[in-house]
Amino acid sequence: MPEQETRENNTIQQTVKNTETSYHAEILKRRMRYTLVFVILAVAFLLVTVININTGNVDISVGRILRAVFLRKGTTDDMNIIWKIRLPRILMAAILGGALSLSGFLLQTFFENPIAGPFVLGISSGAKMIVAVVMILVVARVGAISSWAMILAAFAGSLLSTGFILLVSRTVRNMSALLVAGIMIGYICTAVTNLLVTFAADSDIANLHNWSQGSFSGMTWDNVYVGGGIIAVAVVLVFLMAKPIGAFQLGEAYAQSMGVNVKQFRIALILLSSILSATVTAFAGPISFVGIAVPFLIKRALHTASPVVVIPAAFLGGAVFCMACDLIARVAFAPTELEISTVTAIFGAPVVIFMLIWRQKGKRA
Amino acid sequence: MNSAKQETEGEDRVNSAKLDAEEEESVNSAKLDAEEEESMNDALNENTWHLHLDGLSVGYNGHPVIRDIHLGIHRGEIVTLIGPNGAGKSTILKSITRQLSLISGTVIFDQKTLSSYSYKDLSSKMAVVLTDRLHPELMTCHDVVATGRYPYTGRLGRLTKEDEQKVEDAMKAVQAQEIGSRDFNAISDGQKQRVLLARAICQDPDIIILDEPTSFLDIKHKLKLLSILRTMAKQKNITVVMSLHEIDLAMKISDRILCVHGDKIFKSGPPEDIFKGDTIQRLYDIDNGSFDPLFGSVELPGIKGRPEVLVLSSSGTGIPVYRKLQRQKRPFVAGILYTNDVDYRIARQLASEVIEEKPFHEISDRAMQQALDAVQTCTQIIDAGVEIGPCNQRMQEILKAAHESGKCVLA
Repeated sequence: MPEQETRENNTIQQTVKNTETSYHAEILKRRMRYTLVFVILAVAFLLVTVININTGNVDISVGRILRAVFLRKGTTDDMNIIWKIRLPRILMAAILGGALSLSGFLLQTFFENPIAGPFVLGISSGAKMIVAVVMILVVARVGAISSWAMILAAFAGSLLSTGFILLVSRTVRNMSALLVAGIMIGYICTAVTNLLVTFAADSDIANLHNWSQGSFSGMTWDNVYVGGGIIAVAVVLVFLMAKPIGAFQLGEAYAQSMGVNVKQFRIALILLSSILSATVTAFAGPISFVGIAVPFLIKRALHTASPVVVIPAAFLGGAVFCMACDLIARVAFAPTELEISTVTAIFGAPVVIFMLIWRQKGKRA
Repeated sequence: MNSAKQETEGEDRVNSAKLDAEEEESVNSAKLDAEEEESMNDALNENTWHLHLDGLSVGYNGHPVIRDIHLGIHRGEIVTLIGPNGAGKSTILKSITRQLSLISGTVIFDQKTLSSYSYKDLSSKMAVVLTDRLHPELMTCHDVVATGRYPYTGRLGRLTKEDEQKVEDAMKAVQAQEIGSRDFNAISDGQKQRVLLARAICQDPDIIILDEPTSFLDIKHKLKLLSILRTMAKQKNITVVMSLHEIDLAMKISDRILCVHGDKIFKSGPPEDIFKGDTIQRLYDIDNGSFDPLFGSVELPGIKGRPEVLVLSSSGTGIPVYRKLQRQKRPFVAGILYTNDVDYRIARQLASEVIEEKPFHEISDRAMQQALDAVQTCTQIIDAGVEIGPCNQRMQEILKAAHESGKCVLA
């Protein structure tokens, strides 16, 4: 009998050891996976940046580019093209792309739904509506509108939609219903915008048309500083909230039992996500699908939804995605430039379809 | 206790076995009473309730579902809420976990009102297992359990070695180590419940609130879960408040039971007070069947009508026969049963007639006559096996008459 017992004890210890080692192996596997994903993203980022600077109507060799960027030496034309046009545009595409992707990740956490994103929820449409109102009112009276006014208008519009969603969320607790409410807000804003456009003079809305197509062209260093500054602050705040975001992924009730002040957290979460997407919309116009497709791909690649890893990866991924899409928009039918949303949709929409199929499969398994 | 004794005395067929049981119970209860009194004194002196619900009304959107709840719970006590579906058990639990705001009254937890705690402070003292469906994205069971350590980790939520150990221990406690690396969404509901219990355990709480923690578990894991809770309560002095649908389990594990019914606490007290008389039947409005408070078992309603079958049995041999006849909806008479026979307890609920006798007595003429009458009138007699001893010699006569009638079959 005692022999048998020791044997049993041994087997128990064996299994304990096995589970422990298998768990450590699991951690190691995860870390390697994360490292790999970040390395790939970083390489892709550098590659796209270089190709982007190197591509355009005017051919500039890599050597001249490197000289111009790092030594600030070169012909006046080279310097102007690289420093005044290409670099700000690339940087802005990276920053805004990252912000869009992160904003999508936050909204998906908030709505507990992978289809949530700034474009879907009418945050972009709200921005467009207020921009249209301001343009028609101001341009008709003053005759011109500064880009700053447009940016502020877009910002106000985004926050208006967000505020409305927050207001509805106080009575509607069901997240799917809330998501539908957000989509409806988007339709209302679009309808109002169309109404205004129908009765406005063409000259008043020429700018609106350009802006609403969404594009990274014409970015200045001022834009980079302001947009980059706002987004940097927001991203840091989001990262500091990584832990409660992780708790929130288990649902509101569990998050609260883990010590998260859910009411405050929800407001902080949706405000940060709308600041991020509002900044993007203000500078580059409405851009679709980045916020849904990129976080999804990043989570699959990392094989985790843990915010501590996903937040930086989603930002980097969004940056790479938007820079690549901007490159395609510029190059595909040069010299005609495509709308950025055209490109993001072509690459983003299939991802959404794939995502739905994947989820269905997951359920069956 | 007095009323209980009166009840016993009031019954005309007092038997020694039952008395024994009652006596033992009364000794236990006396002990409990003494403890209660002691704790009452403590309560008066320094208010030692771990959780105190004081004139609580709970409900949704300002509309109370249950009013006027008064309850003091000691550290390390197991308190179970029972009651019909929709009675408001979850509402009470959600109010204690602060998912619902109170309508009136106060909850005092560890000497302080619940609302004075920050969520963060509360999270290291109170753990929950909820009925909410959890759909975490790309999380293994181990990851889900590890979220229990959340209140103790730093800003980025990294686990230390010690945290890891606690996670491992909790998984071991619920026997879930082998599913640790599986995706949480891909395991069964029962496994999920065990993982969520492990999560609550490694949160190292002073009090654990569980809403129907056993609903998806198989019988083995039901028992396992309850024994884990008992160990936690008695060894680590963790207070357990939960709702259960399995009243038989509630009876066996709880120190105190709260019956929730209508818009109030219908009754509360130690299990021996609750599982007595027709409390349970009234709590659940059972008019379609019966509940045996001594065994904690439920029976479907018996078949009424003129008995067509006579079942002769003793010491449990009759029970399967009763059940079969009940399924066939054939009214039957059971006999001759001593009132301390297990057959007797079930026969009382299922048979349309029971011929009974006081335990350890010789069979009386009255019972004899009833049984012989039944042999005559019934169309079938089933001999399920009768143990004959010095007291019930006369059963032989009945068996003989039965076999001679030609209607008798062996079970």
